[in-house]
Amino acid sequence: MKKIEAIIKPFKLDDVKEALNEIGIQGMTISEVKGYGRQKGHKEIYRGAEYVVDFIPKVKIEIVVEASLADEVVRKIQDAANTGKIGDGKIFVFPVEQAIRVRTGEKGKDAI
Amino acid sequence: MKLLGFTIAVLSLFFPVSSAFAADVLNTGDTAWMIVATALVMVMTPAGLALFYGGMSRSKNLLNTYAMTFVAYCLGSVIWMMWGYTIAFGPDQAGLVGGLENLFLSGIDVSSLSGTIPTYLFVVFQMTFAGITVALVLGSIVDRMKFSSWIVFTVLWLTVVYSPICHWVWGGGWMSKMGALDFAGGTVVHINAGVAGLVLSLVVGKRIGYGKEAMFPSSISLTALGAALLWFGWFGFNAGSELAADGIAASAFLVTNTSAAMGALAWMFTEWVVKKKPTVLGIASGVVAGLVAITPAAGFVGMSASLIIGLVAGILGFYSVAVFKQKLGYDDSLDAFGVHGMCGVWGALATGIFANPAITEGAKGLVFGNPKQLWIQVISIVGTASYTAIATLIVVYITKFITGGLRVDEENEILGLDNTIHGERAFGID
Repeated sequence: MKKIEAIIKPFKLDDVKEALNEIGIQGMTISEVKGYGRQKGHKEIYRGAEYVVDFIPKVKIEIVVEASLADEVVRKIQDAANTGKIGDGKIFVFPVEQAIRVRTGEKGKDAI
Repeated sequence: MKLLGFTIAVLSLFFPVSSAFAADVLNTGDTAWMIVATALVMVMTPAGLALFYGGMSRSKNLLNTYAMTFVAYCLGSVIWMMWGYTIAFGPDQAGLVGGLENLFLSGIDVSSLSGTIPTYLFVVFQMTFAGITVALVLGSIVDRMKFSSWIVFTVLWLTVVYSPICHWVWGGGWMSKMGALDFAGGTVVHINAGVAGLVLSLVVGKRIGYGKEAMFPSSISLTALGAALLWFGWFGFNAGSELAADGIAASAFLVTNTSAAMGALAWMFTEWVVKKKPTVLGIASGVVAGLVAITPAAGFVGMSASLIIGLVAGILGFYSVAVFKQKLGYDDSLDAFGVHGMCGVWGALATGIFANPAITEGAKGLVFGNPKQLWIQVISIVGTASYTAIATLIVVYITKFITGGLRVDEENEILGLDNTIHGERAFGID
């Protein structure tokens, strides 16, 4: 099993979700996060005082899938989240040791 | 008849501001308008100013800003009835203060008249001015002052700073005898509040993190709504200061709106050129700058003058808060001095420049061939600012002594005053 963690632009979340639904991905966890990379923050001005806002709102998606599906999921996310502009985000892939469904106690790929 | 004439002349010497003579008949039109105008001015403080200031303060201190504004208005309402009115409008004592004859409004009843309106109405109208003036001061010290200190300061300041200055200008004191022109409160309200705010902010000190960390306003939408309510209420403030429903009131209404709009446009375009963004906070601030500057001039100047007054106020206000303040380094949190003090000075000078005798007879400024008026205005500005600075400083130190310091402790300042003082939060979200 693999865990895919993708940090994307918030307005791309629906596109990514739809793209993953198409290949039968059953669920995901998302969180609203803030951060910065190569995309610089923006500036706000209040009565002449300029404040730089470094941390930009992003959405983090976490999905656990069978290892064989990981490459396809990554490709789908990359396609759907791409705007071609700086700040589109990053995707990370991790190995997952175990998964357990809380209600039934099922383990491994039955649990995901 | 001769004897009667003589008696009246002698009486009028003793009661120069008394209203016991034949000209004084209640006018229902004037009275109806002044009741409405008074209600309009009331809206300016707990709605207009509270939102205007509250939206600019940080979200952790929004309710504290509301609380200070509300409590300033409430204290003003009570103090004015008890002793403020008589200090300002009681019989003149050497041009400096009013006598205590009207303490707790004694000597006034339902049939008393001030001009053509009931004295009770005049008392309430003037009370709304006292309330907003002291509330304006708090813009300089939001985010860090103890609530108890603010309450004590409000009581003392209204008593020894606002009420006497009000007497000088409107209660028959030395400034009005000198011929200073202040239609609705350039000196009494705006220079007074602006200078007091500056003094208070210098003694209280800067906010923790000022100039280093970003201090985001909680909601520019609330501030913009507040500015709109101030603008609305200001029609009562300026046109109401005529104390009658007549042509001068209409003229004051017209120039008030024109100057406010010019102020907003001037601030917006200046900021757009200098800082590259036409901010909403800039537009809202420009409205207030234009309103402040036209206040002393409202019943004296014509439409063209109001265009210039608003234009200069918008530019001056922008440079005061965006350039001069940054250079001087004091922390006047919401720019009570930068907007009210600076634009108030400009308005008082502009009154001396543009006062047009065709609008109010006898009020003649520089451009109508009376340069002396400008000089009188300068004296009234310097007189007000000096007295306010010194008397406010004394009031601040007495307050500090009574409440054991002026500032909340460091931990509470960082956590925010809504939570630590009031036990509430402004918004349901974190």
